[in-house]
Formats: sequence, C-alpha cells, structure tokens
Amino acid sequence: MNKIFASMRIALRALQVNRTRSALTMLGIIIGVAAVIAMVGVGAGATDRIQQQIQSMGANLIIVLPGSVSSNGVRLGSGAVASLTQDDAKAIAAECPSVSLAAPAVRGNVQIVNGNSNWATTAQGVTPDYMTIRDYTMLSGQFFTTQDVDAAAKTAVLGQTVAQNLFGISDPTGQVVIIKNVPFTVAGVLTPKGQSPTGQDQDDVILLPISTATQKVLGANKANAKAVGSLMVQASRAGTMDQAQQELTALLRERHRIQPGEDDDFTVRNLTEVYAAQESSAQVMSILLGAIASVSLIVGGIGIMNIMLVSVTERTREIGLRQAVGAKTRDILSQFLVEAVTLSLLGGIIGIVVGLTASLLISHFAQWSTKVSLLSILLAFLFSALVGVFFGYYPARKAAYMDPIEALRYE
Amino acid sequence: MSDPSAVIEIKDLVKDYKLGELPVHVLKGISFDIQRGDFVSIMGPSGSGKSTLMNILGCLDKPTSGSYSLDGIPVARLSRDELAGIRNKKIGFVFQQFNLLARTAAVENVELPLMYTDVPARERHDRAMKALAAVGLTGREDHQPSQLSGGQQQRVAIARSLVNDPKIILADEPTGALDSRTSIEIMAIFQRLNHDDGITMIVVTHDPDIATYSNRNIHFKDGRLQLDERIEHPRDARHDLQQLPVETPEEVAA
Repeated sequence: MNKIFASMRIALRALQVNRTRSALTMLGIIIGVAAVIAMVGVGAGATDRIQQQIQSMGANLIIVLPGSVSSNGVRLGSGAVASLTQDDAKAIAAECPSVSLAAPAVRGNVQIVNGNSNWATTAQGVTPDYMTIRDYTMLSGQFFTTQDVDAAAKTAVLGQTVAQNLFGISDPTGQVVIIKNVPFTVAGVLTPKGQSPTGQDQDDVILLPISTATQKVLGANKANAKAVGSLMVQASRAGTMDQAQQELTALLRERHRIQPGEDDDFTVRNLTEVYAAQESSAQVMSILLGAIASVSLIVGGIGIMNIMLVSVTERTREIGLRQAVGAKTRDILSQFLVEAVTLSLLGGIIGIVVGLTASLLISHFAQWSTKVSLLSILLAFLFSALVGVFFGYYPARKAAYMDPIEALRYE
Repeated sequence: MSDPSAVIEIKDLVKDYKLGELPVHVLKGISFDIQRGDFVSIMGPSGSGKSTLMNILGCLDKPTSGSYSLDGIPVARLSRDELAGIRNKKIGFVFQQFNLLARTAAVENVELPLMYTDVPARERHDRAMKALAAVGLTGREDHQPSQLSGGQQQRVAIARSLVNDPKIILADEPTGALDSRTSIEIMAIFQRLNHDDGITMIVVTHDPDIATYSNRNIHFKDGRLQLDERIEHPRDARHDLQQLPVETPEEVAA
C-alpha cells in the first residue's frame, strides 16, 4: 500500500512538470465522468418517478373485470355481463396461495351534497381490504371496518378533492354528507395520491361500504345482488404475480363452470406490467444517455493515451537511465501505468464533483428530477480508473520494453 | 575454475549485428580478465567496438557468443529482468552526459538505484546522503541539476553509481563534457574510490591524459584487443590538482 502511495506521489510530481498539459488531458475525463453522472442521474430520476406512480396504484395489483361473452356469435365488450361476485373475491382470497388479498368493488357516479355545496364524483363500494390493496393511508379519521360492511353502515371515506370541494379547509371527519337523500357520516379523509399515470385525479372519489353502496346508492344488479364491477387482487409478492394470475384464472373458470376451450367470462389485467414496460423504457433511455456519455469518457481515455505516448518519448533517456540502474520491466510498466491512472482518477474525482453539481443544477433550473446514486458515483470512479489502465497500458508497455542502450543514447 | 581474484572474466566474446542483410562483426572474439581493485582505462577509435564491449560489461547487452562472468556470476545468458537485477546490485554507471533526472533534487537522483530495491525510505535517504558526502557535495543535496555546475552534476552521478555499493563502476567518457581541471577532479574521486574502497573502475576515454590515471590500459581496434598494458606508476590526480592554479575558493573545498 505504501509503495502505491509512493509511486502515486512520484506520478503526481511528474504530472506537475507539465501542468497545463496534464490539466487539459484530465479535462477529457472530467467531462466524460461528469456527463455520465449527470445523464444517468436524469435517467434514474425519470425511472424513479414512474416507480412512484406505480406505487400509487397499489403494489402487486391485479384487476379482474367481468369479461366478454359471446352469445349467438355476437361478442360483447368487457364488463357487458355481471359475471363476478363478492363470493368470487372471497374464494380467490381463500383458495389461491399466491394471493394475499382480494377485494370486490362496485362503482357509479353520484352527486354528493353538504349544506349548500354539492359535488359530482365517483362512488366506490369497497371492503376495508381495498385500502390495503390500493395502498391508501388516512389523512384524518378512520377507514370503515368489516363490521360496517356487514351492517351496511351509512359511513363514507372521502378523497381529498371531494373533501375540499364540499368542506373547504375544514376537516369533514364526523360531518354528514347526503347522497341520493341518504345521510352518510364521514369516517375519514384519504391521504392524497395525486394523478394516476394516465392523468386521472385519484383523489376525486368517495368510498362506501360495498353493501351500503349496492343497497342504498348504486342499486343492486337485478339478476345477481352480489355482482361486482371489478375485483382488486393483491399478489403476495412481486415475484408471484404470474402465478397468482394463473391460480385465480383457473379458480374463476372452475367457479363459473367454463368448459375447456371456451373463452373466459372475465378479463384479468395486470397494471404493474403496463407500467413496468414504461419503467423499462425509461431505463433504456437512461442506459442510452449513459452510453452516449461513456463515449466522451472513451475519447478522454484516448487523450490520456496520446499524452502518455508523448511523455514516454520525451522521457526516453530517463527510462534508459532507470533501466540502467536496475529498473525491471514491471517497474517501468507500473510507473507509467500509475501515472496514467493518477491522471484519470484525478479527472474522475473532479468529474464526479462537476457531475453532481450539474445534476443539482438540472433539477433546480429544468425542474427535472434527477437522482444520483452512490452506485453510479462508484461506477464512474471505477470506470475512470479502468480507462486509465486500459489506455495507459500501451504507452507504459512501450516504455517498459525499450532497449536500454538505445534509450540512453536517445537525443 | 574461475579465478576468485578476477571480478570480470570474459572469454571469446563475439558480438554480431545485422545491418540489413549483412552481419557486422563488432567484437571478434575477445578474452581478458579484470582483477578486483583494478583501475582500467579502455581506449580506441570510434567503431573499434569499445562501446559495444562496455554495453556487454554493463549487462545492458548480451554477447552473440562467448562467456562473461561478473563477480563469479555467469551473466551472458541471463534474462532481461535478471540483468536489471545484476546492474542494480553489482554495477555503477557514470555517463558522459551525466544523465541526471531534471527538476529532481540531487539526493533523490542519488537514491534512484535504491528505488528498485527493498531498502526502506529512511535508509535510502541516509545512504544517498553518505554517497553525496563521499563526493564532497554535502549541503547541495536539495539542489536540482540545473543549479549545479557540470563537475558537480558529474559528482552527483558518481554518488548515484556508489549508492548501491557496486563491485565495479563503468564510466563511459566521464570527462567528455568537462573542462580539463574538472576532469582531473573527477579522476581524483575515481582514484580515491578505487584506492580507499577497493571499487574496480573501468573508464572509457578518448583522452590519453585521462588514461594515465589508470593502472591498466586496454586498446581496441577493429573489434579486437590491440594492446593491454600495465601502468606501473599511474599519475596521482590529487597531486596534479594541487599543481594547478586555484581558480575559485569552492574548488579548494572540493
């Protein structure tokens, strides 16, 4: 270790002899490393934002919708029949090992009234599991309970947008709102989630117990009182999404008595997949940006090689002398290699600082979220060292294998 | 088999170069020994093969055929890195153009051969300071070559050749770039190292006057040994120096 520091000190001194030249050579590496760090930071920032959006949808989410059926050759769109029931949800939660939760949901549009203000929004009839699956938290109050669902209690949970439109800045918890002439006590307000990846306001919603919603507000399906609009299913882990999907498809086909060869009467959507595709395209973009930036790092490396070749030629006599007094091949090789690596590492360190500053400036002025990870800093550092070794090797080898007699005589 | 009193034994040494298609015979079979403690001067016109011989003696080059043993070690067939090790331990080099590292303090120039050994930093420095003292440069250790006169630079180079306690010092035209007075100073140092420390000196020179300070004179011509004579009473460089008019107080100190 001491020996490395000693040779680094010698290298630094050799580089100081030609300060301007060393600085200009380093500039190539500085720009390369800074570009890699800033560009990867921009890419990682974009990926991060998409990931946050996916999280806001709820983790490991599978949506089951009533499916398309064909009668007499006419195929109807999804949701055309009420093929899913609350019992399906219970069965999926109970019988599919890869599923942790399954929540039924019905939805419809309602007009909510509070005193002289009113607001049209979407009402969702759900169970408490829905809150877990969609990853909701409460801003104030409590979510309604399973007992509330069983008793068809007249209780409601408001989204932030609804709460603001009906109550302004005051807390609606414990207040009463009226939907279709039925008074509901507000149990609580959801923590805002913001826009969905498709631009919908996820806070413009009112959640009611599913029983109350079907009986008092939205009206039950006449053919099947337990029919639901959709099932929200949460897989136990991200890795079991596919398995959970297969299990619930098999279970639903069995429960709905669908013969082999017949189409499903339900549709399974895996939203995470859609956004994972978006995420991977953002990752591709960040790899692309990083790759373009790496090109400048390689150009910087060629600059180092160039300067090292000049330096080896200039110092031919010195090399001859060192060989004469006993320097072995690897001594000369390591001397020039350490010099090249010192040059590239110094450039790398300065480049990291410049890159961090640049990504902070990008975040600040372009309002563009950037995320510089420790990993990308370490990688940039390692990569600049590698550039030094790679592009320093050829000149160092040239120096190490010089003929000492000719080197000593070199003018 | 080998003579323990000989530090250098060469036998039938041949060196050929290829110049295009034609082989050039530079050394055409040379044999001689150099005894420990000898002070040998080598002379000869350019092209006589004396530089080639010096390169082989200095383990910088390998002979085409023939044997060479240095301090009992047969070195003619050693590898590149093994030769570097021999140079490091057994040989001190002094060059016509001094070959000091520019912008580097005298003491660090002297330390250079020790950089390629396991000697720790503190001992390197101490030994370099001792070697500088041996050539009368105490107090100049932090000077860079550009701040030193030609004679002083050559003395730094001699200190560098001493620092490894070599068996032989090879000096290739050591006075070629110096005025006559400084040349005698350098020869005085060589004589002292030869006499007091028993270091075998081999000096290549064009100058017959310089050769008179040695106790053995070897002449080369056309790749062969032409003359090998003992000098019974070599001139004493110290004595000669005292005869010369004193030019600067600094030279008195030297």
